[in-house]
Amino acid sequence: MLIAIGSLAALGAALGTVLGVAARYLAVEEDPLEVELAALLPGAQCGQCGYVGCGQAAAALARGEAPVTLCTPGGKSVAEALSKRLGVKADLSDHEESVPQYAFVQEELCIGCLRCTNECTTDAIVGAPKQIHTVIRDNCHGCAKCFKICPTEAIKMCQVPVTLGDWRWNKPGAAALQ
Amino acid sequence: MRLFPIRGGIHPKYRKELTSEQPIVALPMPARLYLPLQQHIGAPAEPVVSVGQKVRKGDLLARGQGAVSAPTHASTSGVVVEITTVTAPHPSGLPQLTIILEPDGKDEWTDLPDPIEDPFSLSGDAIRERVASSGIVGLGGATFPAAVKLNLGSQQKIETLLINGAECEPYLTCDDRLMREYAAEIVDGARIMAHALGAPGIVIAIERNKPQALEAMRAAAAGFDAIEVIDVPVQYPMGSERHLTQAITGRETPAKKLTAELGVVVHNVGTARAVHQSVRFGRPLTRRVVTVSGGAVAQGKNIEVPLGAMVSELIAFCGGLREEPRRIVNGGPMMGQPLPSLEVPVVKGTSGILALTVAEANERPTQPCIRCGGCVTICPCGLVPVEMAAFIRKDNLDAAAGIGVTDCFSCGSCSYICPSHIPLVQYFNYAKGELAARDRERRRLDRVKTLSETRVERLERQAQAKREAAAAAAAARKAASVPSENKASQ
Repeated sequence: MLIAIGSLAALGAALGTVLGVAARYLAVEEDPLEVELAALLPGAQCGQCGYVGCGQAAAALARGEAPVTLCTPGGKSVAEALSKRLGVKADLSDHEESVPQYAFVQEELCIGCLRCTNECTTDAIVGAPKQIHTVIRDNCHGCAKCFKICPTEAIKMCQVPVTLGDWRWNKPGAAALQ
Repeated sequence: MRLFPIRGGIHPKYRKELTSEQPIVALPMPARLYLPLQQHIGAPAEPVVSVGQKVRKGDLLARGQGAVSAPTHASTSGVVVEITTVTAPHPSGLPQLTIILEPDGKDEWTDLPDPIEDPFSLSGDAIRERVASSGIVGLGGATFPAAVKLNLGSQQKIETLLINGAECEPYLTCDDRLMREYAAEIVDGARIMAHALGAPGIVIAIERNKPQALEAMRAAAAGFDAIEVIDVPVQYPMGSERHLTQAITGRETPAKKLTAELGVVVHNVGTARAVHQSVRFGRPLTRRVVTVSGGAVAQGKNIEVPLGAMVSELIAFCGGLREEPRRIVNGGPMMGQPLPSLEVPVVKGTSGILALTVAEANERPTQPCIRCGGCVTICPCGLVPVEMAAFIRKDNLDAAAGIGVTDCFSCGSCSYICPSHIPLVQYFNYAKGELAARDRERRRLDRVKTLSETRVERLERQAQAKREAAAAAAAARKAASVPSENKASQ
């Protein structure tokens, strides 16, 4: 009995020392979790989460200060990926509602001030001074930064319509398969 | 020929007798035809006609875009009255861009491309080009552009062209009637396709419950040594491309691969006839045979329909509805999809329209799983439906994908067999759609990431250029401020 307790205690102490030494001398400068989380984020630096960019958001996520649902343009898939990586349960009920959007320039209101063009993180807005701007829809990821900055409210955010190509069946009723 | 067994499968009530003795009849030309731009898998076609333009039967209305696409032709002569959105023949009922044609009643052909007298002297490419420009897609229901599939011979050695006349879906008899009435055309189309593929052998596989079709096809193929007409057991889903290949080769097609890996390319009998029409007469695909059946239809029929006719016209031609149907199904009852309404057009992939009564639809409340294992025994793909459904119910789609939900081809055998009426295949359809959507989303986010990285690079480049310009300007100013040098340069 005593031998068993003694040997386990000795083993624990020895391994603990090894781990302690390893933690001090083999420490990694950058938090690897942060890098991994940053890779999961869209990387568009749109700032909708309230942090300056995706790197800062990843750091906050790694520290556990931000919810996994922070990324609006990333939507459900990013939230799920983050919650999986961090092992936390995400409340995705709000995210179900948010549908992908894209920006649209109402040409009669655009004054060609270039503000949105400079703001766009994916270079999705084409324009020149005093010329009507337009949004390349395939490049727009719906961060709405241009929508907020436009002085004449010429930009409106539209819902990306569901097409035959991306329509899908709903989950069979909750009553099924009990 | 030796046949090999396929795994699982079911034997539903076939109810083919409702229409199997009904010869193919032509639908009277409707007052308007609705031709959607997407009647095939791949990129939608692009309209080349304008509103008010007069067209003749067989004129190109919309051309294919990209590598996998198919053009659409005028099903009759008339005037293009509108290009607008119309409800698609799809369970979603979403609108789809559609060309609306008003027939002039003359039904006259346009100047068709020259008939090819001897297609066997031509290269495979010439035949593929003709098939592609005729807008032919897989008429079994999958609507994959036929020309793309005929190109598989250039990548792999194809040993066998397998002509699929199994028609294992209950109710449907359009392929059966086609084989009985147009056997010679199917055989000719098959020979042309085999030539384009470079396939030495042709196997025509027909389920044993169609003895007249077997006889007709055997008679038509009698003169050709390369063609073998075989009768395959009556077992749903024998008509699945992969399972039919397994039945004749004994080998299973690897997951996410094509049957071409095994040296086999499968085409439907209707596709073979369309190829015959296109190559021998230059006629593009403008009509197809549709089975209209089900207990709620007054008289089930096999109708040759000009593409674009409304489903309601077909039902009216069959004497209307005998009772209020519980379900209108596009395709067979096993793999077919519900239609949002009767006001949707017949497209290239419409093989059947079924109006099912309450008794036929057989909807029952779901009960708890009793662990009978029936779904596992009958799954023709060797999957474990009960376990996949349990994962999906708990939203663990990755686990479901891990045990092969994406290899399920939605034959519906598990839902059919389940004594507790658990909507198994419905779970898998949901999961497959959701997984595909996530995939698209991931690709979109990758694109956003690339775009924003390029922008950061661009901004850096611009800043660098500015700094360099400023440095150059400063250097120039410095040089200008030294008068001796300035004079020297002048």
